[in-house]
Amino acid sequence: MSEVVKLHFDVDGEDFTSAGQASVQVKKILRQLGINPEIIRKVSIAMYEGEINMVIHAGGGYADILIYEDRIEIHLVDHGPGIANVEMAMREGWSTAPDNIRSLGFGAGMGLPNMKRYTDDMKIDSALGEGTRITMRINL
Amino acid sequence: MNTYEHSVSLDVSACTGCTTCLKHCPTEAIRVCDGRAVINPHRCIDCGVCIRICPHNAKKATYSKLDRVLEKKKWKIALPAPTLYGQFENLGDVDYVLQGLLDMGFDDVVEVAQAAEFVSVYTRNYLKTEGIPKPVISSACPVVLRMIALRYPTLQTHIMQLLPPMEIAAKMALEKTAKTHPELKRSDICICFISPCPAKVSYVRNGFGDYQSEVDEVVSISDVYFGLLNVMRGDKMPKPLSRSGMIGISWATSGGESSALFNDKFLAADGIENVNRVLDQLDNGNISSLEFIELNACPGGCVGGAMVVENPFVAKARLQSLRRYLPVSQNFPDDDSGYVPDDYLFEKLPSYMPIQRLSENFAQSLRMMSDIQKLRAELPGIDCGACGAPNCRAFAEDVIRGNAVESACVLLKNRELERQIAEKGDGSS
Repeated sequence: MSEVVKLHFDVDGEDFTSAGQASVQVKKILRQLGINPEIIRKVSIAMYEGEINMVIHAGGGYADILIYEDRIEIHLVDHGPGIANVEMAMREGWSTAPDNIRSLGFGAGMGLPNMKRYTDDMKIDSALGEGTRITMRINL
Repeated sequence: MNTYEHSVSLDVSACTGCTTCLKHCPTEAIRVCDGRAVINPHRCIDCGVCIRICPHNAKKATYSKLDRVLEKKKWKIALPAPTLYGQFENLGDVDYVLQGLLDMGFDDVVEVAQAAEFVSVYTRNYLKTEGIPKPVISSACPVVLRMIALRYPTLQTHIMQLLPPMEIAAKMALEKTAKTHPELKRSDICICFISPCPAKVSYVRNGFGDYQSEVDEVVSISDVYFGLLNVMRGDKMPKPLSRSGMIGISWATSGGESSALFNDKFLAADGIENVNRVLDQLDNGNISSLEFIELNACPGGCVGGAMVVENPFVAKARLQSLRRYLPVSQNFPDDDSGYVPDDYLFEKLPSYMPIQRLSENFAQSLRMMSDIQKLRAELPGIDCGACGAPNCRAFAEDVIRGNAVESACVLLKNRELERQIAEKGDGSS
């Protein structure tokens, strides 16, 4: 049986300044595994956008990264408010981020579209009031 | 095969095997084995942090000895880095330093600060080139270039393909000599850079990409300093030799290169940890709308180099007053129609060196990573350094790579001993 490397990161929803840290950690590990730089870039962007989303919208959550021989899976799980209209949320430029977040340069409505663009597959399971689970796959 | 020649080395007799350098090395290149530090040449980027930090002065920069350089060739040309000017107290004029270099035995002097002013003009032109990836990263700091080659493959194309001021100064020196002394052959000439920085020594020895440096020798500022003090004591007036202005001299400190671009869309960071933070963020695509990024591995810029004499902040303050009444720049290309001369450019960037890679084989890498994580969970996580690795994660990697044994962890061994004692205790009672 082939090996799976599993990485787990708690994403702190209280501390906006630490958002994006998990993405940096993942990147270091992918480099050690000798994964193609272009794939690393995709994973870290998808991961980063997901992390930021969890902090801005959901008060944090966790990220599990599973590295298989043929693919990388990213699972982002939060217990935030959920996404009211997934289809709308996937549109470029659509954002529900508050003004204070926008003033930092976030909330441009590119988070989810970028996550989709940089991954080979993305699924969003979201229930209002319960939370959101995003599963992304990047083929190796 | 590692054929890269480094300029940071260890004085074994002075090393006590303490963990200071271990903890500060930005690429985790150092391990302590058998009571002394060992530098991994594949990871070392010649940043000089260990030279600066070693409490026993066991880390040395290797460079050419000045007296050897001076007796070497017919025609010796000194290329002083602008940082040199900041080493002297109450220096009223750069000319005293340049005259001093001549009095020490150099036949000619070409200021790197002068070359830097040309580089500033051409950088402004370079930034207007269509289709280049922005932000453009400065090519001046050799440590940063090597860091990018080791760790940031996607940022390679952002490096400005314009030669650094030291190389331009070397070219200027050769052109000048060809005019004034056409009888001299290249082999009669020695171009000697007076450097604040061990990484420049490596740059000159190894080249960059497929570019080979025109500089022949590199000596350290600290080596030249005392000799210069002696000859500078005289009260004779120096010849008016200096050809640099505010811009050229400002290159010695962080932000100097950027401020010469007359463009506010720049970032300047100094100190290797800050450099990495910027490169990480850039790599994540989170730095937008910048034109230029100036990165200096040493704190404060080149004035913070490992081969200088003076405290970088003092040197910076001195340079401020030194350039106070200088013209903004004294160097303008004869024909500046917005181009960059071809011989100021370099073609090839060094290839990506994935030193962190665990194995050539991906399945093998995955297995190793999995083992590393298991071992990490066992380790105490206090990053004490007693095993000789900088932290528990690095130790786990060393063990799985086969470069260390688990029993080197003092706490793990202690736990094992306690367990054995407890077992024996149970048996006897």
